[in-house]
Amino acid sequence: MLEIKNLHAQVAGKEILKGVDLKVSAGEVHAIMGPNGSGKSTLAQVLAGRDVYEVTEGEIFYQGKDLLAMAPEDRAREGIFLAFQYPMEIPGVSNMYFLKAALNNIRKAQGQPELDAMDFLALVREKMKLLGIDEALMSRAVNEGFSGGEKKRNEIFQMAVLEPKLAVLDETDSGLDIDALRVVADGVNALRSPTRAIIVVTHYQRLLNYIVPDFVHVLYDGRLVKSGDKNLALELEEKGYGWLEEQPQTV
Amino acid sequence: MPEVKQAHEATETYFADFAKLERETSRQPEWLRSKRKLAMERFADLGFPTTKQEAWRFTNVAPLVRIAFKQADADANGAVREALNLALLSDVAARIVFVDGQWNPKLSALANLPKGVSVSSLAAALESGEQGELEGHLACYAEDADHAFTALNTAFIRDGALIRIADGIVLEKPIHVIFIRTEGARHTVTHPRALIVTGREAQAMVIESHCGPAGETYFTNAVTEIVVGENAAVGHVKLQEESDQAFYVATVQAHQARASRLHSHSVSLGAALARHDINSVMAGEGAECTLNGLYQVADNQHVDHHTRLDHAMPHCSSREYYRGVLDGKSSGVFNGAIIVRKDAQKTDAIQSNKNLLLSEEAVINTKPELQILADDVRCTHGATIGQLDPDALFYLRARGIGLESARHLLTRAFANDVIARIHFAPARERLEARLLARLSASWKPEEVL
Repeated sequence: MLEIKNLHAQVAGKEILKGVDLKVSAGEVHAIMGPNGSGKSTLAQVLAGRDVYEVTEGEIFYQGKDLLAMAPEDRAREGIFLAFQYPMEIPGVSNMYFLKAALNNIRKAQGQPELDAMDFLALVREKMKLLGIDEALMSRAVNEGFSGGEKKRNEIFQMAVLEPKLAVLDETDSGLDIDALRVVADGVNALRSPTRAIIVVTHYQRLLNYIVPDFVHVLYDGRLVKSGDKNLALELEEKGYGWLEEQPQTV
Repeated sequence: MPEVKQAHEATETYFADFAKLERETSRQPEWLRSKRKLAMERFADLGFPTTKQEAWRFTNVAPLVRIAFKQADADANGAVREALNLALLSDVAARIVFVDGQWNPKLSALANLPKGVSVSSLAAALESGEQGELEGHLACYAEDADHAFTALNTAFIRDGALIRIADGIVLEKPIHVIFIRTEGARHTVTHPRALIVTGREAQAMVIESHCGPAGETYFTNAVTEIVVGENAAVGHVKLQEESDQAFYVATVQAHQARASRLHSHSVSLGAALARHDINSVMAGEGAECTLNGLYQVADNQHVDHHTRLDHAMPHCSSREYYRGVLDGKSSGVFNGAIIVRKDAQKTDAIQSNKNLLLSEEAVINTKPELQILADDVRCTHGATIGQLDPDALFYLRARGIGLESARHLLTRAFANDVIARIHFAPARERLEARLLARLSASWKPEEVL
């Protein structure tokens, strides 16, 4: 589904990603872990098409297409979803309006009929129940005045409604208490299917107790230096990231 | 110096038209004739402002001064019904329509007004026997000592809207005043006048529309005086949708008695050049004034708001909230004066002006102007000038909403924040639709929104 080859990216002249290779197939859940500043968020944002990050080398193929040639909205329409580490507040635009526009743009691009207000509401209610979200949220402006936890939960709610093919979660677990973490994890697990892939970018191993990954990769200084199964995450939890410095760079 | 000569000839047109009006209005009461005459003298002394004057530094009226605008001939008014239909608002208590400056009874709807509410033509009222009350109000508030356009309007008072709300009367629905120009308006001027007088504990809303046919070059020079009675509440909404080639200069002057509330809204969308002066004197203790405004301009349009909140007495509060959206090569001015008089202790004034520049060539000059003579006051002000937030744009795009749609959505949300403050749904809905249409002119709507 996704193939990243020798990806180099920089921001404001500073190289952050220094040759990332990664292959993700449908049905898989990959966790990318790493210390602060290792390039985790950069990788997530590059996948979504954020233009402040300049890709200087390498390629990304998504469902056989050249992802780097696609505008952010086209990536979303093809089924890529980024759960933001810091979701934006959009004053004056209601959640309802925003999410309906998003869903219908995606449905239209995928050749599905657009949902009318009634059908949309029915869908939204179902997903709200799943994530324990208050219905009053829909008439509020997108993320405006939300707490950190509410914003993260709203990201997962959007993901549940938009049903992406490839979901990238950028530190969705940071700053969540255990109850909110469970809700987020349940939302992600409900989305697991043989036709979808999920990339979980996280700083902490804790989330992986709830979302059990098929693969764990360690991103260190702009490169994936180690890959393994879920046990690698536990090892990282135990030893921290310090021991990686002595390791030779391998993938 | 051909330009000077041109301007001189154009100014002469006003004097010639004034002399003509003098002959035609011989039946006007003497007090008004003498006020008008003084105002014309004032105009002669002042002349049109130039950019050398601080209040006109960023608004150059030279193009207006160059054209010899003649008094609009109300008899020449052509088909107006269709254009009027676009301006109409549903669910109003009454409607009074002026076509090229003159009252049109057929297009107005003044029946069924509740007792204590009077909406009439100023010309008609002046000819009837009710002049005594008018003398104490008409042209008593709008200051012309340093405002040539206000002086010019007063000099040309002939007709206009007269709205009176008696003590204790609460009018649930708004009164709609429409000043509409016609196809025949080319190179003519009107001086629309409105006087709104509310009694003690009265409550009312007046919506004032100024509109005209697209592409026509004409000049509208309006003055509205609002008297807010003790403990009364008045809403005033100005919708400026003149021709994109028109010149529009207008003053709103309010006078607030003790514990009164005024909610003013100025929405400025039309005209090649629009200058608004919106002033209120809080002349009684505990008065509250809210000034909301939205300007949205594009191409070569220029829009200028000069507001002046005069805290003359203690315990008055004012809230000012203006937003602007500027595209193309348009330019804007916001100058917000707040005056706190020596005895106006416990004044509470907050001013905010936010601007969204959608193009690199658009320009805004924004400036607060505080004169504080009391010492126990709270006055805060803030101004922002910015582009659409790239992070917010990316967030929308990452959810499948295209770049143009995302820009559109954020721009509308920015503007709707002001529109949402107008407490009359039909006006809000119409404005939202108008704004959508105007913003869509430069938008490729292949998207689902």
